[in-house]
This record gives sequence, C-alpha cells and structure tokens, in this order.
Amino acid sequence: MKLLVCIKQVPAKDAPLAIAESGKWIRETDIGFEMNEPDGFALEEALRLKEKHGGEVIALSMGPERAKQTIKEALAKGADRGIHVADDKFFALDPLLVARSLAAAVEREKPDLILTGLQSDDQGSGQTGVLLAQLLALPHATLIMQIEVHESRLRVKRELEAGWFQWIDLPWPAVLTIQSGINKVRYATLKGIMASKKKEIATIARESLGVSSEATQRLERIYVPQKAKKTEFITGTPAEAAAKLVEKLRHEARVL
Amino acid sequence: MNILVVTEQHSGACNKTSFEALAAGQQLAAENSGHLAAVVIGKGVAALADELAGAKLDEVLLVEHDLLEAYTPDGFTTALSQAIAQAQPDLVLFPHTYQVRDFAPQLAASLGKGMIGDCVAYRLENGRIVFVRQMFQGRTAADVSFEGPGPWFASLQAGAFRGDKLAQAATKTAVKKVAVNLDAAQIRTKPEAPFQETKQAVDLTQAPILVAVGRGIKAPENIPLAAQLAKLLGGELCASRPICDEGWLPMDRQVGSSGQTVAPKLYLALGISGAIQHVVGMKGSRTIVAINKDAHAPIFEVADYGIVGDIFELIPALTHELEKTKA
Repeated sequence: MKLLVCIKQVPAKDAPLAIAESGKWIRETDIGFEMNEPDGFALEEALRLKEKHGGEVIALSMGPERAKQTIKEALAKGADRGIHVADDKFFALDPLLVARSLAAAVEREKPDLILTGLQSDDQGSGQTGVLLAQLLALPHATLIMQIEVHESRLRVKRELEAGWFQWIDLPWPAVLTIQSGINKVRYATLKGIMASKKKEIATIARESLGVSSEATQRLERIYVPQKAKKTEFITGTPAEAAAKLVEKLRHEARVL
Repeated sequence: MNILVVTEQHSGACNKTSFEALAAGQQLAAENSGHLAAVVIGKGVAALADELAGAKLDEVLLVEHDLLEAYTPDGFTTALSQAIAQAQPDLVLFPHTYQVRDFAPQLAASLGKGMIGDCVAYRLENGRIVFVRQMFQGRTAADVSFEGPGPWFASLQAGAFRGDKLAQAATKTAVKKVAVNLDAAQIRTKPEAPFQETKQAVDLTQAPILVAVGRGIKAPENIPLAAQLAKLLGGELCASRPICDEGWLPMDRQVGSSGQTVAPKLYLALGISGAIQHVVGMKGSRTIVAINKDAHAPIFEVADYGIVGDIFELIPALTHELEKTKA
C-alpha cells in the first residue's frame, strides 16, 4: 500500500506568541516549531498500516525551509521518503490554496491512501483533508479512530459528537483525516534517526506546481482576542493564593 | 444580501447549533436588509421544515430525497450544490459541527469557493462582511474576509451566537420544496448506524462541581492529587481530551466538543490551556477558576478567577486550605 501523510509544522505548544509587525502573522523568530500533533497521529497510523500491509510511507510537508526538520522527524520515525513543497509565504495561503498546492504534489505520487490530522494547531481550519479529497476526486472520511483495510475497500470508524461513533465503508484510494488519540505515537529511535539520514527528501518549489494563486479569502489581521470575561487574578504565595481563592469562592461567588 | 442557513438535523430534530446559526442569520439579515432562507435536508423531515417556518425567516427550503436519509458527504454535497444553484445565495452559513466539517469544505470547493470555518463573530464594514475566527488554539483571533464573488461559505462555532434569541414570526413562512437529482452511484461512502462505545459511567453534566485536569498535570501519577481535591470539594474529576487520549482518565470523563458539555456551578481548570475544543464544553459554567503557569493561556479568557502559578504548588495549598477551613 502506498501511503502518503500530509504533515504540517506548527509553532511549539509552549512557544510564546507575539504578533508580527505586519499584523498578519506571528513573529517567527525565537520560537520553536514542531510537528502538528494531529498529523503525528496520522503518521503513526500510516506506519502501522505499512507494518501490517506492506508498502511505503511518504511524508509530505509544505512550508519554508524549516519544514524539512519535521519531514526528517517523520523519516526518523519510519517514513520511507519525504516531499517538501517549499514556500516561504506559506502562512498567507488560504485553505483552498493550501489544498490545491498539496493536491498537485500528491497527484504525482498516486497514493492508495492519503492521511492527515483532523486540523492544525496553528490556523486550525480543519479543511485540508476534505479539500484534498474533493480536488483529487477521491472519497473521504474524517475524524477516524480505526482503520480496517480490505481487498478494495476500507472500513473506518468515524467519531461523531458526544461519544457516538459510526463505521463507514469506502473504496480506496481515499483520503482520511485522523482524530487525535487514535493510537499512541512512537518516538524515533537512535537507529531510526541514523537510518533517516540516508532517506531522500525531494524539494518542489510551490510556484513550480502550476497552481492558480487566486485566493478565496483574505486574512486581514491577527490579534490578541478581547476578553469575554473580566478575570480577577489572585496573587501571592501558593498558600496565600489558595486561601484568597477559597474565601472568594465561599463568600463572593458562593459556590462552596 | 441573500443568506442561506443550512441546518443540521438528527432523527427529525434540529441540533442546538443550528438554532444559533439561524439566529446569526437573522441578525445579519436585519442589519443589511437581507433575505434569509433556512435549508432543511434529509428524508422525512417535512415536519421539521414546518416547525422552522414559525421562525422569522423569508423562506424555508426543504431538500428531501431517499438517498439523504443517512448523512454522506457526497449525498449532501450533491444535493446542496443543486439547492444553492436554485437559491443563488451570497452567503451560506452552517453550524460548525463534526458533520459540517466533513462536507462543507467539499461543497464550497466543488463550486470553486472557499469557506471560513469555525467563526466566533462577524462585523459588517461598509456592506462587507468580516468574520472573526480563532487561531493558535484560541491564543489569537483573526479577521478574515472573502475574496472574489459569492456564494461565500462560513461555519459558526457552537455557542458563538444565542440560539434562544431566535425570533419567531407572527405568521408562518412558506416551505418551498427543492427537487434534487441524486443517484446512488454518486455516493461513494456507505455509513453504518451510529453507536455509542460504552455506556457512560459518569454523568458529568449532573455534577455541581468539576475539577478538570489538562496537559499541565504531566503524568498519570499526579492524577490522584486532583482527584483528592475533587473529592474534598464534593465534585467529580474530569479532563481535557489529551488526558483521555493518553488513557490517564477514561473517555467518559472528557469535557469538550468530543466529550461532554457541562455547566456546573464551579469549574476548576488545572493546567488546562483552554483550546477551543475544550472551552466549548465548559464555558457555560457559573464560576470558572483557572490555574495555569502561562499567564497568556486562553483558559483565562473565560475564567472568573485566575491564578498564574504552578499547579503542583497550588493543588496541595488548596487541599490544605479546604481541609483546614472545613475542620
């Protein structure tokens, strides 16, 4: 089975975020980046499918030069090769342009199954997988918690809201977006890291993909949101803060 | 502006977020003297269309077909693209549900259009609509507008608009049946019946006090610290998704969009950053206390009381304080 995983590199969870001068993105200097966590689950699922059914795993990521680091991490975990769609202004693309670019790169590979996380931890549009399917004329299923591969079809468990699930049968090739928590992701072993150094990462400039750059939406500005509620911050040593909080909960909020 | 709100129904009843999307549609239509229509889609849903016709709308469009009985992305995309071709809306609004996430981007892209998803607010600027959505897990907000001609597509986050503010009309509006052509061969996915994994052992919605733990709890060995505090407060222990994904607490203790939605009198969030998926499940709580080491954590956006500090110092301090003052 030829498995392709779309992986995004996003600011690290604990990275302090500051708005860039342009007001259209965050300041990228001095912060760390990591593999988008939901995509990590998709990668793990691809590696498990390969272990079970054979084939290869291709890690595809779009972004500036630094995105290569995330592809390398995927290779160290067991992906066979990487594709880097290079674009320094990647953050300015709208969801449809992102998907069109990825689709153009994916089309060259003709994978049997395309996996990606349910959403990214930065922009969080949650559209990439569904759009890829539409653009590649493939069926899709989202928020997947389990994958069974049969002869020419897949049976996948999709998470619905409020603790409900549903099995869906679909033919492959297909696109699946993976729900967080579907598996326990592996760590790269030293052996894996060594082996990854010999693995290939092909770089494609996004402009060379021949994708229209006509946007359907425009990110006007990003900013720190206004508070919906006025938060009363309680200060002091842990003991003092605890005493003040209990006092307030008893006599001000009256919930204890 | 011609506005179309696509409602979502399960077993003939609209979900709460659909009413919120309708209320947003009403507000928008009132502000720019627009035309507002609601779409009811499924099979055997005429009664629901009739019910929605009581709301202050210009039209209810009923899209029924045997192949729309069970939701499929292909069925809904095909049927709704035909309804859109007939209704010619400028703006199509959806509630941002798991089902909408599954097909709305496909529908928009099938028409060569983009969608702005999970919006929390909008603004009208000289007749132009600007949507506000969250980014970086709620740590920043973004203003996003459409480029090019409509129809434009947008989905609205649960709780962003007031469904109980939905205005009713004195007389019922017309229900218009929209005929759609669907062929079973167009539907590539075959859904089975929805099911619940396990019977929920704990009904978090009934707990008056909830102590919630997030990533900040760091290791399963630390869970008993929070459990002891919950017990002392006479409440239940719950968690954000990553904690349940790790298996540190069972799935039935998860609060958020994929878990339970709660509104206790006290919600104590320990080491929870406040990702949108969690916040939508708890922001209705009467009093929210957040303890987090990151002063910029979005959980403080919804907190009544906040302490910026180390939960491993503050949980014992709170436990001690409660034990001391109880005695």
